Amino acid sequence: MVDVRRFLGDVRLVAGRDLRIEARSRVVAAQVVPFALLVLVLFGFALDADQRTLGTFAPGLFWVAVLLSALLAVHRSATLEQSDGTLDALRMSGLAPLALFLGKAAAVFVQLLALEAVLVGGLLVFYGVEVDDPALLIVAGVLAGATVAAAGTLYGALASGLGVRETLLPILLLPVLAPVLIAATRAFDDALGVAAVDGWAWTGLLAATALVATVVGALAYGALIED
Amino acid sequence: MAGPDERRDGTGSRGSRLLGAGALLGIVALVVLAFVATDADVRIHPTTGEEFGQFDAVRMLYLHVPMAVLMYAAFVVCAVASVGVLLRRTAWWDVMAYAAGEVGTVLCGLVLVTGSIWGRPVWNTWWEWGDVRLMTTLVLFLLFVGYLALRRTTADPRLQARRAAVVALVAVLDIPLINRSVAWWENRTLHQQSTLAEFKIEDLTLFTLMFGFLVFGLVAWWLLVHRFRVGWLEQAAIDHDVATALAERRSETSATDLDAAVGRRNDGEDTV
Repeated sequence: MVDVRRFLGDVRLVAGRDLRIEARSRVVAAQVVPFALLVLVLFGFALDADQRTLGTFAPGLFWVAVLLSALLAVHRSATLEQSDGTLDALRMSGLAPLALFLGKAAAVFVQLLALEAVLVGGLLVFYGVEVDDPALLIVAGVLAGATVAAAGTLYGALASGLGVRETLLPILLLPVLAPVLIAATRAFDDALGVAAVDGWAWTGLLAATALVATVVGALAYGALIED
Repeated sequence: MAGPDERRDGTGSRGSRLLGAGALLGIVALVVLAFVATDADVRIHPTTGEEFGQFDAVRMLYLHVPMAVLMYAAFVVCAVASVGVLLRRTAWWDVMAYAAGEVGTVLCGLVLVTGSIWGRPVWNTWWEWGDVRLMTTLVLFLLFVGYLALRRTTADPRLQARRAAVVALVAVLDIPLINRSVAWWENRTLHQQSTLAEFKIEDLTLFTLMFGFLVFGLVAWWLLVHRFRVGWLEQAAIDHDVATALAERRSETSATDLDAAVGRRNDGEDTV
C-alpha cells in the first residue's frame, strides 16, 4: 500500500509540475486556446458563415479543432523534458517511467479539458448550437480527452529529440486518433442534437480507445525514454 | 536470412535471382489467367432474366485479394520483428522490421489503388467514405506512412529501432479491425463477405485466386529479401564509417602523444 501511495504521489508530482509550469508560462492558455478558437473562426469563413451548415457540422469541426490544438499541447508537454537535460535528471531521480507517463498524460488531459470547455463555448456563440444532452457531452469529452492525452504523451516522447519533431508528430499521431475523431463526432452529433445517432453507444468505443491508449502508453513509455 | 556476400555487388544472389525469375513468370501467367483465361462474372437474374454481376471488373480481384493477404502477412512480420527488437535489441530484427514494414506499405498502397479501380464500375464510385474496411485500411496505410517517415529520421540507431517498434506495434492493432470489419459492421460496408470460406467460387476462378496468392507471395518474398539486404548493407556502411572514424581519431591521438613525447625529450635534451 505504501508503494502504491508513493507511486500515486509521483504521478501527482509530475502532473503538478507540468501544470505549474503551464500556470506560470501560460503557453497553452495564451497560445493554444486562442489557436483553437481561431480554427473555429476559420471554419466559419471557409463555410461562408452559413449558420445552418456550421450548426450541422459543428461536432466534426469541434473535434478537428481539438485535435489540431492537441498537437500543440502535446508538443509543448514533450518539449518540457528536452530543455536542460530534464529527462535525464528525472530518470536518475528513480522516478518510475509509468509514473512519469501517467503524470504527464494527466497534465495534458487537464489542459485538454479546459480547451474543450472553451471550444464548446465557441460552438454555442459562433455556430449557434444548443446542448441537448449535457451528460453525454461531458462523458464523450472526458473519454476522448483521455485518449488524446495518453496517445499524445506516448507519441510526444516518441518524436522527442528528433530535429523534425514538429513535422513528424502530426503524421504519427493523427492517424492513431482517427477513431477518436469519428466516435467523438458521432457522440457530439447526439449531444448537440444535430443528427439522430445513439451517442452513448459511441462513448463505448471512446472508452475502449482510452483504455487501449493508456495501457499501450504505460507499457511502451519506459522503452522510449531509456537510453 | 543472411546478409549479402560482401564480395558481390548489389543485393542479388543465386537464390534471389531464381526467386525473382519465378515471380516474374508467375506475374505473366497470373495476368493471362486473370485477364484472358477466366470468364467475366456475368449472372442471369432468375425472374427478370437480366444480366447482372461484376462483369470484367471481377478480374481485378485476382490481384486485389492476394495483395491484401500478403499485405497482412508483411505487417505481421513487421510486428513480430518489432517485438524482437524490443526483446532482443539486435540489428537483425530491426532491419527485418523495416524491410517488412516498407513492403507492407507498398502492398497496402496497391491494395487501395486496385480496390478503387475495382470499385468504380462495381460500386459506381472511386471511394466510399461509409465503408468501414476502406477507412480502416486507409488508416493503416497512413499509420505506416508515419512509420516510414520516422524511420527516415536521423537519431541514435538503438533508440530509433525501439521507437519504430512501438509505432509498428500500435499500427498493427488496426489489422484485426480491418479483417473483422466486414462481419462486425455488416450494414456499414460494401465489401462482400468472404466467398472463399464458403467455397462459392470454383474451378479456374478458384485456381487463379490461389495462384495469385502464390505469385504475390513470391513477389513479397523477393522484395523482402532485397530490402532486407539493402538495410543490412546500410548497417554495415554505418558500422564501417564509425570504425573508420574511430581509427582516425585513435591515429590522431597516437600522433599527438608521440609529438608530445618527442617534444618532452627534445626539451630534456635542450636543457641538458
